[in-house]
Amino acid sequence: MTINGTEVSSDVEPRTLLVHFIREQASLKGTNIGCDSSSCGACTIHLNGESVKSCTVLAAQADGQEVTTIEGLADGETLHPMQEAFRECHALQCGYCTPGMVMAAISLLDEVPNPTELEVREGLEGNLCRCTGYHNIVKAVLQASGSQS
Amino acid sequence: MSILGNRVLRREDVGFLTEGACYTDDLNEPALEGALFVTYVRSIMAHAKIVVDASEAAAMPGVAGVFTAADLDGPTILQGQVPMFPEPMLNRPILATDTVRFVGECIAVILSETPETGADAAEAVSVDYEPLPVVVDMEEAATDSVVIYDEVGTNIAVDFSALGMATGITDDSFFGDCEVVVSGRVAHQRTAPAPLEPRSTAATWEGDKAIMWMSNQAPHGVKGALEPLYAEQAKGGFQIIVPDVGGGFGGKIPPYPEDALLPWLSAKAGKPVRWFETRTENLLAMGPGRAHVHRFTIGGSKDGNITHYRLEVLADSGAYTRLGAFLPMFTLIMSSGVYDIPHIETGARSVVTNTTPTEAYRGAGRPEAALTIERAVDMFAGEIGMDPADIRRKNYLKAADFPVSTAVGTEYDSGDYEKSLELALDAAGYSDLRDEQTRRRDNGEVVQLGIGIATYVEITAGPAPGGAEYGKVEITPQGKARVYSGSLSHGQSHQTTFAMIAADQLGMDIEDIELVQGDTDQVSEGVGTFGSRSTQLGGSSIHRAAGQVVESAKQIAADLLEANVDDIVLDQANGTFHVSGTPSVNKTWAEIAEEADDLSSESNEQTKCSYPFGTHIAVVEIDTETGGVTLDRMITCDDAGTIINPMIVEGQRHGGIAQGVAQALTEEVSYDADGNPQSANFADYGIISMAELPSFELVPMETPTPNNPLGCKGIGESGAIGATPAVANAVVDGLSHFGVTNIDLPVSSLRVWEAIQEQKN
Ligand code: FES
Ligand code: FES
Repeated sequence: MTINGTEVSSDVEPRTLLVHFIREQASLKGTNIGCDSSSCGACTIHLNGESVKSCTVLAAQADGQEVTTIEGLADGETLHPMQEAFRECHALQCGYCTPGMVMAAISLLDEVPNPTELEVREGLEGNLCRCTGYHNIVKAVLQASGSQS
Repeated sequence: MSILGNRVLRREDVGFLTEGACYTDDLNEPALEGALFVTYVRSIMAHAKIVVDASEAAAMPGVAGVFTAADLDGPTILQGQVPMFPEPMLNRPILATDTVRFVGECIAVILSETPETGADAAEAVSVDYEPLPVVVDMEEAATDSVVIYDEVGTNIAVDFSALGMATGITDDSFFGDCEVVVSGRVAHQRTAPAPLEPRSTAATWEGDKAIMWMSNQAPHGVKGALEPLYAEQAKGGFQIIVPDVGGGFGGKIPPYPEDALLPWLSAKAGKPVRWFETRTENLLAMGPGRAHVHRFTIGGSKDGNITHYRLEVLADSGAYTRLGAFLPMFTLIMSSGVYDIPHIETGARSVVTNTTPTEAYRGAGRPEAALTIERAVDMFAGEIGMDPADIRRKNYLKAADFPVSTAVGTEYDSGDYEKSLELALDAAGYSDLRDEQTRRRDNGEVVQLGIGIATYVEITAGPAPGGAEYGKVEITPQGKARVYSGSLSHGQSHQTTFAMIAADQLGMDIEDIELVQGDTDQVSEGVGTFGSRSTQLGGSSIHRAAGQVVESAKQIAADLLEANVDDIVLDQANGTFHVSGTPSVNKTWAEIAEEADDLSSESNEQTKCSYPFGTHIAVVEIDTETGGVTLDRMITCDDAGTIINPMIVEGQRHGGIAQGVAQALTEEVSYDADGNPQSANFADYGIISMAELPSFELVPMETPTPNNPLGCKGIGESGAIGATPAVANAVVDGLSHFGVTNIDLPVSSLRVWEAIQEQKN
């Protein structure tokens, strides 16, 4: 598979999850693991441009596909607008949910370019954050969408 | 102009947003190369005699070792943090010997080449359980109908009255003069800190020096607890390194048995070892919080003057006495809340049950005090038909009287509770809300409105009379500063706040400040991050140390400039020293550093406690047909004294509010009668999501504390303390016209529906 534009290949056990492949075989540690019931979204990445929880996908299923993780978003020194909005709005504290949250938020705006607050809250319900109370995450997503007044 | 008080963006964020932070399981240290993976085998029964057979697991390919209690020739016991409990309860076995006392207790441990092999081997360990009677409910445990520790003879781990730490409960003559007396029971359900990063630890040896990396809030405390267990082997030292931490909320203050064994395992294997728990393990075995049942009686006059209050606390320690068993102390000393109540009596007991041992969770004893007194005041107001805002105005401790001592002997430093109420009421549009509530009631609408008020006060930088935190400031040869802090971040933004505090004193840019945290070798002393202590204790120490460094630098500048030291000033804007009035002839930090062997200073001064306070208002909509509760608005006025960075402080408030709301509405660690956990993953634990919350309306207020040089109070826990009673009061308020006076948390639709039906029938 390609991860952030780089070809990565490795022989793995059939039960290897994509999140483990990304962290161990590709040594990209930005994508986190927060649960064992596909509830938290800390592991969210883009598979062929769409957000998925990488703990619910087998590495083998991503064979030949395109994966993007948090490490693949910024263009050199220039942050992706969603990363920038998270920074400006203080939408992260410990940072553990952040990579997954940013990936999920980008996907949400791909689908709903100008969401309401409610649409953001319902759209990102599957991504948990224990630190921010979500207030500034919602603010950041709205800011990134340009719909913040 | 000072940088303090500004919304400075975080220095942490670019790295966190582009590559992710570096948590313990992300570490790529050469010292951890070739590490074996650690998997624990956990009890699936709440109370049983056990016989373990690990032979099959040990023979599996890829398994480097399987160990049970019988194999341990190193540490076997991890003692509780507070040595005031009977020894059998206090001395928790690292691996269970012949008895397990809660589901999730460690029975055996596996070393394997991959985590997958470890999981397979854990399945292959055979454990024979011979069930023993189980007690899960703390009120039942207090009756000793089932006694967990025969050798102690009772489940009561401590009675705080007997220890003289509470005033003791007398008889009903205590309320003799009162015209109105109201009693109630408030259950504070057990909740999980649930940091998004589960626990994670690694260990290795360099010769006779042990090194551990862990996701933890208090590395110096961990060192203090674990080093003595390895006194024989670790002659060369014991180092704890804490990299970035994905949240803690109290659960990551202590070391756990799972951590304590890692150096032993590493020594056994002759290799480094790593452990990364699953979320299920985290919910089974990391210390949860709250878990109190309170009974209160409140008395006063018909016109709303509260004069008497009695609080009886029962706390669930879980199967061993860890920090949770001690936390009723904080509940007792804060029992008066924000009110001027002349007569208070208190008592508290902690009991053991066949559940996960409890620890501190965001607020740790103070949320319990606040929830009970705030419910009690509302119930008293309901009884006499007084508005909840009015009864509070009438009974608050008055701003002019600070510092004040409450009837339980706690001295609050500063406050203006009524002002926080008025600011919050204004922001909420209180009278409009009451009008809307009346309208819906009059129309008999299905969706009713509830408005809840809670004013809280809490103790931070405790325990009384005050705490200390280490800070050191050192000027580098390049004329920049390195700051060492015993307090460390697990999301609180130390890289930014502490750099601001140092930069302000030193006249440097925050980018010139390097912060060293989370390493017991590099930072010589420390306590850690909990109890809303970092800025007021650690920040104050850094402030003082930086001030002392400036004084030393002035002396050097005076020598270089051949001037009198009293005439030397630091130009804050560009960080240069000159003689007052002649700024063009100056010395930079680098020039001064060149003249000194060591330009540094440290501070570890004890700083008195502070008492943050505020008022929270919750507005809920209640569907009276389904019982569904929606939190519509959350308005909070939180006063944490002087604010260093409002953006970061607001973030702390937001996070606390969400956890406080979660306690009121969604979250509960629960067990069935046999002690089987019913909430051991995120699908079953009602962890709050963004869909269940509104955006919060924050009202600013700053009453500086006189107790430290920065004027800061704690803010980390305030949200979690005020929000729970505000939401609980709102729900009861929304149902009060049915005759409902109290409801247990978390407020499920079933509970609401039942409460309404009960009143209708
Ligand atoms: S780790 Fe994938 S959803 Fe939690
Ligand atoms: S920032 Fe810590 S979990 Fe979201």
